[in-house]
Amino acid sequence: MSNTEKKKLDRKTAKSVFLRLCTYVLKYWYLFIPAVLLTLFSNQLSLLGPKYSGEAIDALALSTGVDFKAVWENVIKMLFCYLLSAVMSYLLATLMIFLSQRIVYTMRRQLFEKLTTLPVGYFDKTPTGDIISRISYDIDTVNSSLSHDLVQIMTSLYTVIGSLVFMWNISKPLICVFIITVPAAILFTRYRSKIVRPLFSKRSKKLGELNGYAEEMLSGCRTIQAYEREEEIGRRFNERNRDAMDAYYDADYHGCIIGPGMNFINNLSLSLVMILGGMLYLFSQNGTVKAGSIFFITLGGVAQFVQYSRKFAGPINEFANILSELQSAFSAAERVFRIIDEEPETADKANAHVISDVEGNVEFRDVTFGYDPEKVILKGVSFKADTGKTIAIVGPTGAGKTTVINLLMRFYDVNDGETLVDGIEARDITRESLRRAYTMVLQDTWLFRGTIFENIAYGREGATLDEVKSAARAARIDSFIEGLPDGYDTVLTDDGINISKGQRQLITIARAMVSDSKMLILDEATSNVDSRTEIKIQKAMATLMKGRTCFVIAHRLSTIKNADKILVVRDGRITEEGTHDELLCKGGFYATLYNSQFS
Amino acid sequence: MRRVIGYLREFAGRMTVGFIIKTLGTIVELFLPLILSHILKNVIGRSMKDILLWGALMIVCSAAACILNVVANRMAAKVSKCFAENLRRDLFIKTLRLSAAQTDSFTIPSLESRITSDTYNVHGFINMIQRLGVRAPILLIGGVGMTLIMDARLATVMIALLPLIFVTVFFIRMKGIPLYAKVQRSVDSMIRVVREDSQGIRVIKALSKSDYEHRRYDKVNCDLVHDETKAGVIMGCVNPIMTAFMNLGSVGVIALGAFLVSKDVSDPETVIAFMQYFTLISMAMMSVTRMFVMYTKCSASASRIAEVLESSEDLPVFEEDSLPNKDTDAHILFDSVSFSYSGKKNNVDNISFSVKQGGSLGVIGATGSGKSTLIKLLLRFYDTDEGAIYVNGKDIRTIDKKSFYAMFGTVLQHDFLYADTIIENIRFGRDVSDEDIRRVTKIAQADGFIENFEEGYDRVLSQHGTNISGGQKQRTLISRALAAKPPILILDDSSSALDYKTDAALRKALAENMRDTTIITVAQRVSSVKDCDTVIVMDEGRIIGMGTHEQLLETCPEYKEISDSQMGGAFVE
Repeated sequence: MSNTEKKKLDRKTAKSVFLRLCTYVLKYWYLFIPAVLLTLFSNQLSLLGPKYSGEAIDALALSTGVDFKAVWENVIKMLFCYLLSAVMSYLLATLMIFLSQRIVYTMRRQLFEKLTTLPVGYFDKTPTGDIISRISYDIDTVNSSLSHDLVQIMTSLYTVIGSLVFMWNISKPLICVFIITVPAAILFTRYRSKIVRPLFSKRSKKLGELNGYAEEMLSGCRTIQAYEREEEIGRRFNERNRDAMDAYYDADYHGCIIGPGMNFINNLSLSLVMILGGMLYLFSQNGTVKAGSIFFITLGGVAQFVQYSRKFAGPINEFANILSELQSAFSAAERVFRIIDEEPETADKANAHVISDVEGNVEFRDVTFGYDPEKVILKGVSFKADTGKTIAIVGPTGAGKTTVINLLMRFYDVNDGETLVDGIEARDITRESLRRAYTMVLQDTWLFRGTIFENIAYGREGATLDEVKSAARAARIDSFIEGLPDGYDTVLTDDGINISKGQRQLITIARAMVSDSKMLILDEATSNVDSRTEIKIQKAMATLMKGRTCFVIAHRLSTIKNADKILVVRDGRITEEGTHDELLCKGGFYATLYNSQFS
Repeated sequence: MRRVIGYLREFAGRMTVGFIIKTLGTIVELFLPLILSHILKNVIGRSMKDILLWGALMIVCSAAACILNVVANRMAAKVSKCFAENLRRDLFIKTLRLSAAQTDSFTIPSLESRITSDTYNVHGFINMIQRLGVRAPILLIGGVGMTLIMDARLATVMIALLPLIFVTVFFIRMKGIPLYAKVQRSVDSMIRVVREDSQGIRVIKALSKSDYEHRRYDKVNCDLVHDETKAGVIMGCVNPIMTAFMNLGSVGVIALGAFLVSKDVSDPETVIAFMQYFTLISMAMMSVTRMFVMYTKCSASASRIAEVLESSEDLPVFEEDSLPNKDTDAHILFDSVSFSYSGKKNNVDNISFSVKQGGSLGVIGATGSGKSTLIKLLLRFYDTDEGAIYVNGKDIRTIDKKSFYAMFGTVLQHDFLYADTIIENIRFGRDVSDEDIRRVTKIAQADGFIENFEEGYDRVLSQHGTNISGGQKQRTLISRALAAKPPILILDDSSSALDYKTDAALRKALAENMRDTTIITVAQRVSSVKDCDTVIVMDEGRIIGMGTHEQLLETCPEYKEISDSQMGGAFVE
């Protein structure tokens, strides 16, 4: 892409990000419109205050002495204005907080809900910390900008327009000064923001990377301690930290010119007004310019014009100051939108079946698949799993065992061929009902912060305590749970210190037992459980597997031996298929593997 | 807050220079209205030359103010950048140094948000205060000084306002800081759910739990919105209240002014000038208020950071006098060790055993029997409640951390790989040569699969090593443990995903190549421990059998049961 094209694209994204943020604001028009009205009113009121105070001062500066009646009248008016204005600006602040909170709530929610629809591969590619950075830091940046800058912009606009009108009435030629300085200001900010915008994007990106690294290393802090690598990892963290802070500084370095720069332009126009005004006054005084001409100006006129142009400058300055905040908010919003726009798992077909009473017949027909279409992992794989049967998948590392599971669950869709459940092509079934038909126990035990009850009942909506208890009993984890001070109400903490990996796995097995799906996937489901416990839960596992179509990946012989069918997967193909005895007789790869353990 | 502000000390010089430049810039800018009124009063209407001259002076002042402000802002940005960088670096290293118990009580998501969002808050404040913190005080002090000189009686109005302002600030600060602390806690919870779900996405999808997770997230999201709104609504009243006070003050000045003028003790011109200054003071006051709101938010974050930085060394290194050496020839000695995580039931109870230099120990037992706890105690992630652990006769609590951990090569149960090349994951930031790494990968049976990758040792792993299989992960981790030729090797359940053949080859290679290394193996498979000099069998935190494989088959029925059940153990990877 050429440089200019890229720039154009940058501008386009900035514009679309802005428009998109607007749609969020407009969605809450019932908060936004009152906010606009309140801004107008409270600004008007705060302008009225000085007017009454001026009148009050006039009343006390009369040559005839103080006119107390007029003073008190104005004082009361002032009190009224100021108090009302205070109430209104408080209302406005509150309203803006509600508005911005609604918006961030929606954004966070959209982002999170999007996450759950993304293909699982996304999470392998994207560091968790970066996702967290987007949902916390980036959205927070948008939030502070919305709640603060929006009101500021509205106020600025109001004051700028008001002041311009007044100035127009005083002297039209003097306005010409702004014909020079306003475009200068616009060009200047445009030029600066073109430089600054990519810097802000970089800053958000770098912070995301930093978070990703921090999150990853914190998850390994025990290992880092065991190797006494705190200094070294700290040093590497600091490299990223420095990168992120440098990006921050770069954005700041170029961004912080905008404020003083605008201020300079304002001061310049003030000076020019002074010079030009002084000249016009000089000409008006010495008669070169006649009264009634548009060039005519009085001393009071010059003074007033200066007053207004200072008033005019204030909000423009303010606007320039928040411009960099806006820039950083846009970059942040863009990162948020990028996840929201991420391609989700392909939608279910319009006429997709919702399968409910699944029998559990599964078939692969000539399935070809690769995560990267160039690198095929499964080549023309076909097999059939009849209802209630146990299929064991055996093969060396990287042969594609887990890939088969990924396709069964439709974490990925096949490139070629088809997978069928009860004779229906899986892509014609809604993902949710398809996945509901399966229960899965993985080697990777995943528990969330919540009570043990919640973690087990997670297997099926509406599971009762009794059901949970009997599942725990079957998984032989009941006595451990009941031995805990809070029993089933024990809250599992993030990295649960007093729960071993084996116990965690037993909890996930209990979770599977609570579920009533017709098909079961066991991917190294008991790898962390010691063999004594495994024997104890064998019966329960048998009950769990009974009547269900089971897919088993395991390296323990006992589980594989009893399978109804063993599939040997090598180099993406099924090379052998049959029962344990059949395969032994055949004397192929399986037999070699089996016999090797006795050598 | 003080602890965090302490990080600014080293930048005191630069900050002072920046402060001076900013002050100069502000003063130069304040000249502009003076020049302006001078022109209006004295110059205008006289000569073209004077107008141009004074006008040019204004432009010069404007330019000077612009340059000075830019320089000062950049200096401020630099200072706050370095400040935040140092703060975050120390915070991160401190976090890595926290003991296991401390990490558990802070929780990882909370530590993470302290390193990220709390540090941002403080950074933002430091940056802001340097930019805004100069002009407002100058105007405020200058303004108040001027008003006192002009008319002390009128100034009493302002003095009367002070207690009101003070009370408001105090009250809101009291309310605000805990509210922001609560916001940050809600941020922690929100982050926790996102973190959990990113890691458990497969399970969530498999169980079609998206709706459940949406609800779970919605709850923390709503809590966060609620807390932020509450904090915002409280802090949102600062500005209107302050504005109202200052405006009331101006009303008071006029009322009092009218009285004074009527009594002929003051004149209208003073009142008018006084009002001008009062407006100036009000505006400065508003700036201060804005900083105050930021300060409140920042100090909640700062105290969360300080909490981590100041957390005491949980596992200090003791003097040898207090914990005497033990006269023993054992390399590792557990002497009547008991420990409980919760302080209630002992997780390991009265454990004693010893391993001699170059010896090997196997630990086997049921899930939750305390095997890994033994390892955690040996590595001093926790200190024992009773009894002591000795390495080379020294109580491990007296050995400094650097030389202590240098003795170990460890594979933990929950061990971690990170997004980097395989070779870097093995090297783990230590000074280990490429040859050594190639050598140890051979022992760990990892060379084969690594060399099979197109990129070989430079193959990049994804986070948590999700792009290689369980067995490959374990062999990479074992390579890491072996790389620095440690005197003690700890393998906690680190070959469970290896197939039988590879496991056996690994044992053999270890025995041949690591003769002088003391090896402790925790496993569920008898085959992994049966060649150890000593095997201990754990059950519910106690040792229920100790001896060689053959002895245990005779004396320990539980061991025999495990052994019989495994009949050759694993099959294929």
